[in-house]
Amino acid sequence: MTWTWFHRLGSPPYVYRLAGRLMPWFAWSAALVILLGLFDGLVIAPADYQQGDGFRIIYVHVPAAWLSLMIYTWMGVAAGVGLIWRIKVAHAVAAACAPVGASFTAVALATGSLFGKPMWGTYWVWDPRLTSELLLLFLYLGYMGLRSSFDDLQRADRASAVLAVVGIVNVPIVKYSVVWWNSLHQGSSLSLAGKDTIATPMLIPLLVSMLGFTLFFAAVVLVRLQGEVLRRERSATWVREALA
Amino acid sequence: MNALRLVLMRDLMLAVRRPEHCVHPLAFFLLVTTLFPLAISPQLSQLRLIAPGVLWVAALLSALLALEFLFRDDAADGTLEQYALSGQSLTWLLLAKTAAHWLLTGLPLALVAPLAGAALGVPVSAFPGITATLGLGSLALSLIGSIGAALTLGVRRGGVLLSILVLPLVVPVLIFGSQATTLAIRGEAVAAPMELLGAIVVLAVTLAPLAAAAAVRISLE
Amino acid sequence: MTVQFHSMAQFLAMGKYAAYVWPSYGLTLLAVVLNIAWARRLLAQAKTEARRRLAAQEQAA
Repeated sequence: MTWTWFHRLGSPPYVYRLAGRLMPWFAWSAALVILLGLFDGLVIAPADYQQGDGFRIIYVHVPAAWLSLMIYTWMGVAAGVGLIWRIKVAHAVAAACAPVGASFTAVALATGSLFGKPMWGTYWVWDPRLTSELLLLFLYLGYMGLRSSFDDLQRADRASAVLAVVGIVNVPIVKYSVVWWNSLHQGSSLSLAGKDTIATPMLIPLLVSMLGFTLFFAAVVLVRLQGEVLRRERSATWVREALA
Repeated sequence: MNALRLVLMRDLMLAVRRPEHCVHPLAFFLLVTTLFPLAISPQLSQLRLIAPGVLWVAALLSALLALEFLFRDDAADGTLEQYALSGQSLTWLLLAKTAAHWLLTGLPLALVAPLAGAALGVPVSAFPGITATLGLGSLALSLIGSIGAALTLGVRRGGVLLSILVLPLVVPVLIFGSQATTLAIRGEAVAAPMELLGAIVVLAVTLAPLAAAAAVRISLE
Repeated sequence: MTVQFHSMAQFLAMGKYAAYVWPSYGLTLLAVVLNIAWARRLLAQAKTEARRRLAAQEQAA
């Protein structure tokens, strides 16, 4: 087992070129898979026997909620790697993740509340999933706020990395406490459509759509990563070649 | 260990000479709890229901106010830099500083909280419970908050940012703490939420000073 | 593999859930478009900045 691939991932010119080469593959497959999943979900999947066609919101809501957590994890891991091994590229990955994650957290909240109106009769309930999603949005905003308050990119990277790692430790505790809090204050609320038990014809488009949005995240992050790597680069030779 | 005691004693001495950093958050806490009866209703039966929430939100806001001063003066006059270069473990020194901070802000807050509670219709029998829950909870707030205070060192308008960073992180403390206070006011057993609060404190004691030390080092670079 | 709707109108009505389903999809689409736009803008700005830095370095040399 050689570690050259790992070391190469720490090299800005290599990563810049790799990201540029991989991006179109992710972008086009994302477009294809998302369209497939959403078409299947909107048109082919049978309506839910309780929630009618309203349940079709889950084909955008669940992928957004999935991305919000997955991206936060990526961000925390990348930040930790950057902090421990002082790898610039890892910090660039964390920086590239945050706005994408925040935007999908907002989408998950908005679609969750649009789903709640017909199902619960109100746009907002203090359901543990919605509440922890809201707190996740605040964590993202804090991370981005801290990052933008430094002029020096290197200090911004390292300080926000500490916050991201602390956040990763905290997320499960927040999640658990919110579930505990909710069970104290109200009976079990209606769960979002079929997250626990779901028929196969409804599940397949959901999985396809989740895959598609994950590919989309990869494509967006690769573009952002190129930008973030360039911003952190002071040596001129490879930048000149890359921009030529 | 000696260095730890020195840092602790120094911070306590400084506070005796300049008490406003501890007195202001306390006054703020009492002031905020006074606003609720004025804004909602003077009926004690109604206020008793919301008393745990009022006490905890006021304690949180007052803790945020106090956290701004946790490292600021020591960063400005170079004391923190001396600590980092002293050869002593910065993590332990910051733990001592945070402990001093809790003794100066969290503990007094927990001690005066029954006063505010009485004004909100809380029975005298619940006073020890209120002090215990807020005492343990404010310890967690000081520890977790020390990370935020260290991260916002040298940041313009750090106060607002500090709130945005710290508040989502202390939501579990708020949930378990206000639940414990609710139980205490009702005269029920507080063990379950207090144990969870204790678990958070243990976790925070071990991890928060590490993160705060890393953040202080970054601010010194 | 059967299409669940008999007409375009029925599809757009989403069994009286149109007011919730379509805004959800619209918001998601908006997020997708904005993410693409923001990412491209970030890269473009980083390139411009890097070019300016290179030009400044050449002048200094």
